[in-house]
Amino acid sequence: MGQYKMHLLVCGGTGCRASESARLVDVLGEELVKQGLEKDAQVVTTGCFGFCEKGPIVKIIPDNTFYVHVMPEDAAEIVAEHVLKGRRVARLLYQDPNSGETIEDSKHMGFYQKQLRIALRNCGFIDPECIDEYIARDGYAALGKVLTEYTPEQAIDILKKSGLRGRGGAGFPTGIKWEIAAKNAADQKYVICNADEGDPGAFMDRSISEGDPHSVLEAMAINGYCIGANKGFIYIRAEYPLAIQRLEIAIRQAREYGLLGTGILGSDFDFDVELRYGAGAFVCGEETALIHSMEGERGEPTVKPPFPAESGYLGKPSNVNNVETFANVPVIYLKGPEWFASIGNERSKGTKVFALAGKINNVGLIEVPMGITLREVIYEIGGGIKDGKKFKAVQTGGPSGGCLTEKHLDTPIDFDNLLASGSMMGSGGMIVMDEDDCMPAVAKYYLEFTVEESCGKCAPCRVGNKRLHETLEKICEGKGTEADLDYLRNLSSVIKDTSLCGLGQTSPNPVLSTLDNFWDEYVAHVTTRTCPSGRCKALLHYSIDTEKCTGCTACVRVCSTAAITGEKRQPHVIHQDKCIHCGACFDKCKFAAINVQ
Amino acid sequence: MSTLKLTDCQKGKIKEICVSFHNDPGELINVLHKTQGEFGYLPEEVQREIAKNLNISVAKVCGVVTFYSFFTMTPKGKHPIAVCTGTACYVRGADKVVDELKKQLNIEVGGVTPDGEFSLDCLRCVGACGLAPVVLVGEKVFGRVEPKDVKKILDSYKE
Repeated sequence: MGQYKMHLLVCGGTGCRASESARLVDVLGEELVKQGLEKDAQVVTTGCFGFCEKGPIVKIIPDNTFYVHVMPEDAAEIVAEHVLKGRRVARLLYQDPNSGETIEDSKHMGFYQKQLRIALRNCGFIDPECIDEYIARDGYAALGKVLTEYTPEQAIDILKKSGLRGRGGAGFPTGIKWEIAAKNAADQKYVICNADEGDPGAFMDRSISEGDPHSVLEAMAINGYCIGANKGFIYIRAEYPLAIQRLEIAIRQAREYGLLGTGILGSDFDFDVELRYGAGAFVCGEETALIHSMEGERGEPTVKPPFPAESGYLGKPSNVNNVETFANVPVIYLKGPEWFASIGNERSKGTKVFALAGKINNVGLIEVPMGITLREVIYEIGGGIKDGKKFKAVQTGGPSGGCLTEKHLDTPIDFDNLLASGSMMGSGGMIVMDEDDCMPAVAKYYLEFTVEESCGKCAPCRVGNKRLHETLEKICEGKGTEADLDYLRNLSSVIKDTSLCGLGQTSPNPVLSTLDNFWDEYVAHVTTRTCPSGRCKALLHYSIDTEKCTGCTACVRVCSTAAITGEKRQPHVIHQDKCIHCGACFDKCKFAAINVQ
Repeated sequence: MSTLKLTDCQKGKIKEICVSFHNDPGELINVLHKTQGEFGYLPEEVQREIAKNLNISVAKVCGVVTFYSFFTMTPKGKHPIAVCTGTACYVRGADKVVDELKKQLNIEVGGVTPDGEFSLDCLRCVGACGLAPVVLVGEKVFGRVEPKDVKKILDSYKE
């Protein structure tokens, strides 16, 4: 980014692309030429800024102006006003959802102020399709340092000292994992990057692969040097076409620059990376299942031990880490393990990337120091609950995690505290729910997912989760009994104790944590047969307010089961035995005469 | 057994794909990706042909095809519609969008309209949670879709 006075950074992540950011890039470029400014300013397509809610986003460097919801039609004005005259286009600036104040640059936005970006350090700053930009920000310097200054043992020691724990879910210390793989002697070893991000509502690995693919490649090469592997694989979801494309470009460029291949940076270390595609199976996030899938088999997990570090891909020692874990590695070598260990709290070091989504004002990708509280995340970074509704719960850990509630708002977020609260860190999905969300229905939603994704190998998971789902369905339809609640609890503990892999061992978590935190809601479903949040259709009770009904018969005409009767211009009646709770009458009534309970 | 017969040309294509992966059974998933990209789906005859080329049992191929949700044994519509039912989309009302699509197209999830124009599927998280709820028609992403938008989206694909 040398000779230009100004850079217009446009987000090219999946979210912003869906809102036409690719065309915006073209139009901005054309406008610069049209107004004779192509030598002064440059348009750069970057990775995700994280603020997906407000996309497409344009950030202007050097003044950090942050434009939101920018459409191709706005390009001419941005170029004429901002680039030429240096005046900000006020109508495109971000407005704080609570104070209504217009904020001019990203440094003053609540969304960014509390964040600390390590894994996402380059996302939104560099063009991910240009290796030179990565190198300009100290890219591949860590690899050079490790290859020239450290033995593999020393390099592993540094990682151990940093306290980095796996970001894929379980939080196993990364340095120890590398050490085990290094100690198992073999003629061939493998480095595997898990980019099979299957949690619904999680997109951090996708964003890193799209926004900073070289950081993953660099870390994999360091990993290869440390454990004695010369071959790496990235196992990535086929549903992430853009991430695949960016990784392919990155691999090609790294090979051209001699940063992958034989004799890297003049050393005698060889390392190369290939992509392997997933095909849509959540269980493949489990490392043994992932390895079977890479071998062309059904992605079914196997018993550990042997761990992949002993016998992994093709029976050879393999080290598996996820994208975010790898993205942290190069910085640790550049800034030192002490620096990394100084961030976070006692047992969880560094930062964690979360995909903040659901009923929250600022949906997006955030990176925060471990130990931050949920309150800070939701209200300061997230800008509070959408439409001024009341916060109810936040779900972390995806289908393996649980719900945290108001009482957990001030608990510091780290691996151990989340586990103690009945949830887990998981890969980092954070879904915020408000008063309109029904917790038994949310548990049912997750179980539906697990039932679909259970590989079927072991009975507790295959059969047990199906039974859990049926019982939850019964409850949401108003056919549950109090005995069902005990049944849910007992069956959950059996599934947890007897399943083979992490999927089954954690699948009842959404049920258990909602039972613990929202017991009254379950009780309401099975005793008074009501759904307090009004989400369970079958439990809604529609009736006509005779005072307000004018007898216009509009509702009679939309009712598909002829459940409404009455004389013209006289108050009508809904016959509960025929009502299917579809809500058509409620939507149709112009006089607000239909009550829902 | 279905009645579909593969032409020699189609068989040649499958052979070509298998050879490009050195007929290595370990590359089965890559072979299936490539083949589905070519044929649009993986009917039984195609699976038999792949098994023959890679010298593995049809049961093994079928086992892998049915295990992964990305592979399908039924053809999709000309405009495949996929509604994201990831958690973020779910809490923002994706289920209502699915209901509306089912009603308008008069098919169930997993179905294809009789004229072969549209097919309807649900998928888990495309990672565009900021735009929830999200509907994909082919490669095109529609964000913040409400049930009332469904008709307009469908109409834009009807001639």
